[in-house]
Amino acid sequence: MRNKQHIVIIGNGISGTTAAREIRKRSDYRITIVSNETPYFFSRPALMYVYMGQMKFEHTQPYENNFWKKNKIELLFDEVIKVNTSEKKLTLKNSTLHFDILILACGSKPAFYHWKGQELRGVQGFYSIHDLKRLEENTQKCKKAILIGGGLIAAEMAEMLYSRNIHTTLLVREKKYWQENLPPQEAKLVENEITQHGIAIRCETQVEEFLGENGKIIAIKTNQNEIIPCDFAGVCTGVIPNIDFLSTSTIKVDKGILVNEFLETNCSDIYAIGDCAQQKSPLPLRKDIEQVWYTGKIMGETVAKTICEKKTIYRPGIWFNSAKFFDLEFQVYGQVGGIQKNEYDSFYWENTTQHKALRIAYHKQSKSIIGIHSLGIRLKQNVCEEWIKNKVSINQVIEQLNKANFNPEFYTKYEKEISHLFATSIHYSA
Amino acid sequence: MKLLRIIGLILFFSGLLLFSILPLFKRTFYLTPCALEHVLSEQEKENLLAELIPLTHIKHQQLFSFANKIIRIHQQKNALLKKQKQWDKVMWDSSQEFAYKLLRVSVKNDSFKIRWSIFFIILVACPLGGLLYILSSDKKRQSNYFTFFLPITSVKWIAYILTAWLLAFYILLYWFPAYIINWVVLVDPISKFLNGNEAGPWFLYGFLYSVVMCVMGIKMFLKYKNNAYQMIRTISVLFFQLAFAFLIPEILVRLNKPYMDLKNIWPLDYDFFFEWNIQTLIENGTLGIFMLLWGILLVVIAVPVFTYFFGKRWYCSWVCGCGGLAETLGDPFRHLSNKNIKSWKLERWIIYPTVLFSIIMTVLTLYTFFSKQNEFLGLNTYEIQKVYGFLIGSVFAGVIGTGLYPVFGNRVWCRFGCPLAAYMGIIQRFKSRFRITTNGNQCISCGNCSTYCEMGIDVRWYAQRGQSIVRASCVGCGICANVCPRGVLKLENSDEHTRYNKNPLIIQKEGVHLVKNT
Ligand SMILES: Cc1cc2nc3c(=O)[nH]c(=O)nc-3n(C[C@H](O)[C@H](O)[C@H](O)COP(=O)(O)OP(=O)(O)OC[C@H]3O[C@@H](n4cnc5c(N)ncnc54)[C@H](O)[C@@H]3O)c2cc1C
Ligand code: SF4
Ligand code: SF4
Repeated sequence: MRNKQHIVIIGNGISGTTAAREIRKRSDYRITIVSNETPYFFSRPALMYVYMGQMKFEHTQPYENNFWKKNKIELLFDEVIKVNTSEKKLTLKNSTLHFDILILACGSKPAFYHWKGQELRGVQGFYSIHDLKRLEENTQKCKKAILIGGGLIAAEMAEMLYSRNIHTTLLVREKKYWQENLPPQEAKLVENEITQHGIAIRCETQVEEFLGENGKIIAIKTNQNEIIPCDFAGVCTGVIPNIDFLSTSTIKVDKGILVNEFLETNCSDIYAIGDCAQQKSPLPLRKDIEQVWYTGKIMGETVAKTICEKKTIYRPGIWFNSAKFFDLEFQVYGQVGGIQKNEYDSFYWENTTQHKALRIAYHKQSKSIIGIHSLGIRLKQNVCEEWIKNKVSINQVIEQLNKANFNPEFYTKYEKEISHLFATSIHYSA
Repeated sequence: MKLLRIIGLILFFSGLLLFSILPLFKRTFYLTPCALEHVLSEQEKENLLAELIPLTHIKHQQLFSFANKIIRIHQQKNALLKKQKQWDKVMWDSSQEFAYKLLRVSVKNDSFKIRWSIFFIILVACPLGGLLYILSSDKKRQSNYFTFFLPITSVKWIAYILTAWLLAFYILLYWFPAYIINWVVLVDPISKFLNGNEAGPWFLYGFLYSVVMCVMGIKMFLKYKNNAYQMIRTISVLFFQLAFAFLIPEILVRLNKPYMDLKNIWPLDYDFFFEWNIQTLIENGTLGIFMLLWGILLVVIAVPVFTYFFGKRWYCSWVCGCGGLAETLGDPFRHLSNKNIKSWKLERWIIYPTVLFSIIMTVLTLYTFFSKQNEFLGLNTYEIQKVYGFLIGSVFAGVIGTGLYPVFGNRVWCRFGCPLAAYMGIIQRFKSRFRITTNGNQCISCGNCSTYCEMGIDVRWYAQRGQSIVRASCVGCGICANVCPRGVLKLENSDEHTRYNKNPLIIQKEGVHLVKNT
């Protein structure tokens, strides 16, 4: 009987934890989660609030410590160093473990690109709890910091350093901040928000080398041969799957662990979910590796269904994400950045005094919308999803915009302003 | 800016220090037989006049020794009467209150100069210093950064000092009024201006309460300037405190009408149905009867109707005085509430028995009122009232409720004790249009919402499952929605039937497809 099976999950992040909980809801299998970062699950996106003193680390843990025992989920605080797929055996640092089914949920690690001097003290990425501790040490007496990378983690680190009064410069490789995802107008709003908090942004600037003294960073050299002094450098150039320990196994990997639409790897009874999984054939309009919270959750639930009930295809639905740049909230639904100019167009509204913006991307011919960006206005996820899924026309969306409003009560409403602009816009000609 | 902040702090602390040592200041008391004649009740005259006469026509320079003399006389006489079992003569007022009464009529005012300089140093410098500090704080200081690093908001030494101070203040106010006569005298000019009479301890309290709320209210305005809900809600609590709790009752007194806080509702206002209150109201003709009816209508109609439409927030974080203080003075301490499942259990084990207690007490009171019997089933109405007043009215609501802000957070009373909150909570939980909606699958389980929920609700537990939050204790302060970095939460009144999304989904409905036979 399957009931006796032992399911081992590597990684207690959101994807591994979700898988464990969903399997527990559906079955009586023995479940063990092995993880080497913390004994209990915590929310990774919340680490920044610990650094800023807004929360304590214990607040980042969504479940009380006795929750796991109550749900008969065994936790093992150890590191897997080798996976033997034929014998179904894991070699841990301190022991070995047999599994019937293995779920790899080992997440990511910061990407470093072999810069000279990257091993200096004061140069680090920001991903794990260890990084948080190092950051605390590295920024103790720090006055000037450099952040490398123009993505979301760079913005979060910028806010962290800002809270500690550290003078910060952000180096962005592209012409604009977060260019791959933000059209220029939105990028400008975000850049304004960041610079208003005293952070300098240098676009089209890359790091060449970290310069140090006595093993500690003192400056960086840019690709324009400029030397910028600093006593801390945060590397936020993205993350890559954390899969080095699989190199000796027969599990097929590329950038990440290769999986099919059922999240199965090439070895039977071994699945990969979350940040570390790479789709062999990604869904249309989506990336092969998606390093976001909710996809980890959906993968966790999907794999649980597959294991306990029926083989289930991973279908994450309409893409969405949200972020916050200091006080500016950002939401995206569907496809907006990087759309094909000949087929698609977009309607853009901005309230410059209030720092609000909305962009709706639509198909030129059919007028049906394909994506929405909003800055400073909260939208309802299910409404936006329905619109995009049902290919609702932009006229109708503008008309019913208030249905998607998720702002708190008494907030100023902008629907009239938006529909007025839409009606008078030369940009949109029927 | 930094300089202004330091000046503000110095002003504030010097005022606070002076206020704290003011009860120790020398003051002259001069008791006259005429004053005695005026303030003593017939019973007290019979019992104590002879013993008190020797204290008259003497300049008493020491507050404590004078007060203690009176207290001793009162206590000894009472002890004697009890020993002799002369129950009809025993005096039931506390000795402290008795002493306060005599001190109040024998207090001599300081010279004009001293009096006004103390008045200014304390009542002007303190709030002004506080304001200066608040207004010159930068944006970072107005945010939640460093909440768990600063000793005052993370239960370190300053927090304990503040708690000790608050506890001492409440204990003196409730049980040692005679010793704080110097404080009371301080606000005489304001009291005389408002209601024509000299101040009492409760006027002092009401005045300080209002000032503190205003100053900390301004802090709220700065901190939440981008959040319209917080702005309007704060204006509302300030308005109800200033107008309804503070000014209107004083004006009523000036017009010789019964004192009443028209927004205070039974069973929070636990003595509303006490004999003396009903008696006073009935004796006051139309207005009194109106007040009586008003009080009853609030409990029977306004509370259920408003709570149905808006949730209990309409009262707890828009109108109530306790809530008002919690949402202004208490705001910096909101994260200290305990979020354990155990404390949720404890909450239910304390608050519902408290409602029951208040109901039993009120039923007994009404029984006694109508039947003129003091006892029912062996329960003595006056004893029960006394126990309730002491335990719930003073110790719980005041001393613990406010004194422990810096240790247990700002809503201890509202969460564990307030019987009105419990009553509204039941309505909110089972029949209301209010809920906190979560936005799909956007929650990143960061925990800001739970951390900053003053009622100790684990908001994240619901949010991460995409489930609406429908909880009896939620006071609708809206802070969870404000601190959420992903804009996941929204306080809403809407169709009752959409409140429970029974099957909270992690996966969107179309997200998963089952494949047959594999
Ligand atoms: C600072 C920061 C902010 C973020 N903010 C957001 C956000 O706002 N929204 C969003 O959608 N996403 C955000 N993300 C991304 C999100 O956190 C990740 O997508 C998510 O945490 C991935 O979860 P996971 O379970 O796949 O992996 P992880 O959370 O990385 O968990 C994997 C765990 O497995 C452990 N592990 C790995 N290998 C082994 C081994 N061999 N033996 C034992 N244990 C092992 C690791 O130590 C780790 O604890 C953020 C990420 C970071 C770093
Ligand atoms: S759940 Fe939110 S609105 Fe309700 S009391 Fe807690 S923080 Fe306030
Ligand atoms: S604050 Fe928002 S994102 Fe964080 S746990 Fe609460 S609802 Fe989720």
